[in-house]
Amino acid sequence: MACFIVPALEAAAVTVIKKIVEKKEAKAVVPSGAGTDFNAVEKIPFSRKLGWLSNMLWGGSALLAFEHVWHGEVTPWFPFLTAVQEGPEAVSEMLGEMATAGVTMAILVTAVWCGLVAVSSAFERRARRAAEAAK
Amino acid sequence: MTLLITVFAALAATAIWYCSESARRLRVGFLSLMFWGAGLMWLVDAVFEYAELHEKFFTPSAADMLNDSYLGVSVVALGLVIWLVTVLVQDPNGVVKAALFGKKVNQ
Repeated sequence: MACFIVPALEAAAVTVIKKIVEKKEAKAVVPSGAGTDFNAVEKIPFSRKLGWLSNMLWGGSALLAFEHVWHGEVTPWFPFLTAVQEGPEAVSEMLGEMATAGVTMAILVTAVWCGLVAVSSAFERRARRAAEAAK
Repeated sequence: MTLLITVFAALAATAIWYCSESARRLRVGFLSLMFWGAGLMWLVDAVFEYAELHEKFFTPSAADMLNDSYLGVSVVALGLVIWLVTVLVQDPNGVVKAALFGKKVNQ
């Protein structure tokens, strides 16, 4: 009924966190001589990894929102959710769906992202080791 | 059907991202993440629907299948439109800038 709202809220939070992390990364002190070693393996910035999660959450929520419009559960006019027009029983059903399906969606997407980050970190470690061995 | 069509779109986008350097420049990775995100969300939806319908979940009516397929194709089209707008706005190859301000740039 409105399960896409939960991942959309998470997407908004992730976007804000990504902006903060980006600012911190930009402010980070660059040690002298950095960037001169062209064989050095660069670490993927955490903000970029957060971007993957943000893209999955925003993209997924947008497409799911379209599905809800398709099924008439979301309208382009106020109050936007048909459950709100239908009465308190429909609202409690909608909230129940958000708490179950919506939260599970957000958790699953975040879990898959954690796996993605773990794999990319393993690749980074392997590349760094290979670069060190080549020196 | 919507889940299946979205997953196939995600697989195709990921394969194109992996194989083509120019596709990576055109942010096909964003498209692939968008489809994967939607696919995962519909997977959860399907699991909850299965818990409710049990074996009936696997035997939808022809009308439901047709409606779901139509929705799936529409979702893929919407995803492609979002991706295209992003590419045109970010203009990674500078094509839009060259087309709009070509004369000014050349001056």
